Amino acid sequence: MLHRKESIAHRVWKDWDLYLLLIPGFIWYLLFCYKPMVGLRTAFYDYNVFRGFAGSTFVGFANFRDFIDSPDFIRTIKNTLLIAFWQMAICFPVPIVLAIAITEMKCKFISKLTQTATFLPYFISVVVVCGMVVSFLSPSTGIINLLRVKLGLEPIYFIVNPHWFRPIYTLMTLWQTAGFNAIVYIAALMGIDPELYEAAIIDGAGKWKRIIHITLPSIVPTIVTMFVMNIGKMVKVGYESILLLYNPSTYSVADVISTYAFRVGIENGNYGLATAAGLFEALVALVLVTIANRLSRKLTENSLW
Amino acid sequence: MSKQTNNARYLMGKGERSFNVVVNIIGVLVSLLCLYPIVYVLSASFSRPLFVENGTVTLLPVGTTLDSYREAFKKPGLWMSYANTIFYTVVGVAVNMAFSTTMAYALSKKRLVFRKFFTLFCVFTMWFSAGIIPLYMTFRDLRLLDTRFAILFGFSINTYNLIIMKSFFEQVPSSLEEAAFIDGASNLRIFAQVYLPLSKPALATVGLFYAVNRWNSYFWAMNLLTSDSKLPLQVLLKKLIVDKVSNETEAAIVTASSTWSPTTVIYAIIIIAIVPMLVAYPFIQKYFKTGLTIGANKG
Repeated sequence: MLHRKESIAHRVWKDWDLYLLLIPGFIWYLLFCYKPMVGLRTAFYDYNVFRGFAGSTFVGFANFRDFIDSPDFIRTIKNTLLIAFWQMAICFPVPIVLAIAITEMKCKFISKLTQTATFLPYFISVVVVCGMVVSFLSPSTGIINLLRVKLGLEPIYFIVNPHWFRPIYTLMTLWQTAGFNAIVYIAALMGIDPELYEAAIIDGAGKWKRIIHITLPSIVPTIVTMFVMNIGKMVKVGYESILLLYNPSTYSVADVISTYAFRVGIENGNYGLATAAGLFEALVALVLVTIANRLSRKLTENSLW
Repeated sequence: MSKQTNNARYLMGKGERSFNVVVNIIGVLVSLLCLYPIVYVLSASFSRPLFVENGTVTLLPVGTTLDSYREAFKKPGLWMSYANTIFYTVVGVAVNMAFSTTMAYALSKKRLVFRKFFTLFCVFTMWFSAGIIPLYMTFRDLRLLDTRFAILFGFSINTYNLIIMKSFFEQVPSSLEEAAFIDGASNLRIFAQVYLPLSKPALATVGLFYAVNRWNSYFWAMNLLTSDSKLPLQVLLKKLIVDKVSNETEAAIVTASSTWSPTTVIYAIIIIAIVPMLVAYPFIQKYFKTGLTIGANKG
């Protein structure tokens, strides 16, 4: 009976109220995810905010050409790559090390404390975190500069100094996300069969050998999954916090594609150019995720789809 | 098995023991590093500005005073934006849950026609989104600029949370559904009276994910809302603690007798803004962990 082929209409009719449940969400996705995709055509218009598409001229790829020819292109690409690089080099591996350290702790209290303390910053909003960073780094009243002065050093105006933007941003992200990102690895580490370790100990393997030969290989699938997921986010680098932290004097190192699109579009009203830059970024992100996913499937037989 | 464990412990050498000590010390140091900024803000907010701005305050409050808080509460719009944030969080999470649970439930049923298409329809948005300007234009076209409706309904579903919810529903044994069908219950009834009560832990997890996000988000509220009376706390905070300090315009003269300064007021505002999060933290921590683990395995 189960295998009898029923017409689609009949199957839908029989379960009509199940489809009813699907409708609100479906409409939401159409309106707020797919309608904007139709709006991407703005990228091909010299869009006039007041007259809409009817009053705007179709310009083909002119917006893309403008974006690529402008000095902002090289600058935003370079900044995106460099910020993403530091995120990957520091904010990606630290949670793995943290997770291993937390599970290795013999003292339950300290292990619990470390987890709780490192997880907490994730729940503080980016606005407050950036507010704290800016206050702490203030040249006259910030704790960092007060300590520098106490040590006999000159105060530094960190926030307007291009040299300091990337270290500040990377450390801030690390502080906010390390504990949060460690959770997934901790869960994976809990799943390792303890007998593996016992056997290794009897074979005379020391702590490091056990970490390198048992712990790390066991969580490789999780690391790969997290890596692929991070590649997608990489291009978008946390623009919400960059917007809060940067200022005209640090644009040279802090301006990324998203923040550029935001400034050009929302603040200056050049919708066509901003959409073109945003579309460029979204496509690069899509390509990167696809490549990362392919690679991970080939290398480890783990992939997201 | 336990004998083996004992043997194993016996075999641990001196190197192992020093490793354990080092790991524990690092744990304590890392914890202090994570908590210190918050402790400092808390202490500075209760201190006299002279001691904050000459670097006397490092760990505990010096010259304790509540005046920074008194000044902070005088900031126009602070109470209003606090109330707005509570409204957006409570009503917004209800909207999130209504949209996410219904859709996740439908997607969790294998018999759903075009299930693969509908799932991809949702998941695709995680890998490709139109971006800031087209979404802004959508809100404008729908005449939702500067409306509370935009904030509440414009962000109804987070696909990641939808998938977590869906995999929770998939874990409920199908025998329960079959039994209810035999009793003549409709899909709607089974969803509301069988599945929802069974998924309380999942609902709590996803609800908290949404709530934290609602409480902390600023970007779209900043762009979509123009009237001060509708602004949530985070947007006001941006004006009060980020924009102001970056400009360094208010170089106030602090004397020994002053009981507050722009700096200590900013620290007080930060504390006022994060107190609800700190109070709810033990609860949040518990549910977030389960949610993250499931999300990672199933996502």
